[in-house]
Amino acid sequence: MASESGTISADRLSAIRADFPTLSATVHGEPLVYLDNAATSQKPLAVIKRIEDYYRNENANVHRGVHSLSQIATDAYEGAREKIAEFIGATSSREVIFTKGTTESVNLIAATMGFGQIKEGDEIVVTEMEHHSNIVPWQLLCERTGARLRVAPITEEGELDYNEFQILLNERTRLVAVVHVSNSLGTINPVRRIISDAHGMGVPVLLDGAQAVPHMKVDVSALDVDFYCLSSHKLFGPTGFGILYGKEALLEALPPWQGGGDMIEEVDFSGTTFNELPHRFEAGTPHIAGAIGFAAALEYVESIGYDWIHDQENDLLHYATSVLSGIDGLRIIGTAPKKASVISFLLGNAHPYDVGTVLDRMGIAVRTGHHCTQPLMKRLGVPGTVRASFAFYNSRSEIDQLAAGLERAAGMLG
Amino acid sequence: MSAQDLTTKANELVEEFALFDDWMDRYQYLIDLGKELEPLDEAFRTDDYRIHGCQSQVWLQPVPGTGTVSFKADSDAQITKGLIAILLRVVNGQPPALVAGTDLAFLDQIELKEHLSPTRKNGLDSMIRQIRLYAGALAAQSTRTDDN
Repeated sequence: MASESGTISADRLSAIRADFPTLSATVHGEPLVYLDNAATSQKPLAVIKRIEDYYRNENANVHRGVHSLSQIATDAYEGAREKIAEFIGATSSREVIFTKGTTESVNLIAATMGFGQIKEGDEIVVTEMEHHSNIVPWQLLCERTGARLRVAPITEEGELDYNEFQILLNERTRLVAVVHVSNSLGTINPVRRIISDAHGMGVPVLLDGAQAVPHMKVDVSALDVDFYCLSSHKLFGPTGFGILYGKEALLEALPPWQGGGDMIEEVDFSGTTFNELPHRFEAGTPHIAGAIGFAAALEYVESIGYDWIHDQENDLLHYATSVLSGIDGLRIIGTAPKKASVISFLLGNAHPYDVGTVLDRMGIAVRTGHHCTQPLMKRLGVPGTVRASFAFYNSRSEIDQLAAGLERAAGMLG
Repeated sequence: MSAQDLTTKANELVEEFALFDDWMDRYQYLIDLGKELEPLDEAFRTDDYRIHGCQSQVWLQPVPGTGTVSFKADSDAQITKGLIAILLRVVNGQPPALVAGTDLAFLDQIELKEHLSPTRKNGLDSMIRQIRLYAGALAAQSTRTDDN
């Protein structure tokens, strides 16, 4: 049995685990071992309490009422925007658009760029390791406009083939849309270099940051990224809420997307004028509790600190890589040198579904299947994988349990 | 064949599974049953016979001409294949009208019902619907034949 690593205090880890009620759940009578953090993270009490408190004491519609409660709700809601802007290093909260999540953020850009900015013959560059949500919106845009989707290949290890990527950048390229951290493989893409090379060609860059922000500090200004998309629920906040960060000038140049309340300045049947950023892209009553809960999640993450998160997750990744590599017939899929704490693998010839089902009986939650990256699975020649993804609240002993579970599964499924 | 036979077959399975008090042994038995499943001809492992249920692939071939329900099936996942074996053991050889209306409640007693949820992504739920659909069509066909 492995001990916790030297850098991580067992006391601190157990205190942190106590912040997450779900981690104490039992599944099939076994203590839950939650290793599906790339699908969604668990929520700390600070977030749960903040959302409860909002609904108990502050609930009112925002931007509407003259009454005090509406003002309290609006202050909390817009305060959340300020917090989020500061957290990601945006220049101003006008650059922070609230969405349902990463998927909607990507769709917003794909939809609005289709009104004039992207035309027939233009090209959009993605990679082979994109999530479907960073493929399909661009395919739809291409169908609508006659633009062309170019796909940068990856290596056997699951890294972007950078030479091929560079070759794809040309005078027809209008946008580069790349995943920051691969959800299926954990690969961390060289986003600084991508942004610098794309900007060198005058091409803006959109990053799908859904899997990056849970693991690392992202500063959109330091990156000089043009659009950055993320989801609250992967970052210990509520589901159904996310962010589209965009440089103000670029957002200003985009037409409105969904129409409705809150996004308008003045409506008349002879013509409607639209609200300013960021509200111009936020039609309808928003997910107020989502924004407020997410701000609480960011405060929680700050209280833990990305340095600690990085050290802990790095330890878990290396420990898990070494332990799982020792299992007969286990093949890790995705071996890039720079990885977030995600391990995809196959266990002999066993179907990932079978492995996941057997692990579930032991209380171990992993993801199985294609992880919404079917083109990537095809490229790697696998039908799908089993994926264990770690958060800072996971422990080495949980990895030992995973390994023991896999040994039993191998015995049954061999 | 009658309702009695379907119930008897289901009860047999319930009793067989009751012999194991550990879930691992139950799953092992399930996997073993899958391995004993009559093989599906490669020609039927195509999209036309595929049940779309997400993660594991399931193929279902109705075998024509027997007057009773008769299926062959396969899956690329072992646990799914075991579940298929259980289902086919109960429904094959039964009168179509009976199968079309059965609720397969016995699966509850084997503690495998969780696998039949439409959200389980193993294709089993879709397969049961497909089995009932075929059985219903077969029953309607034989009624028409009787009328003639």
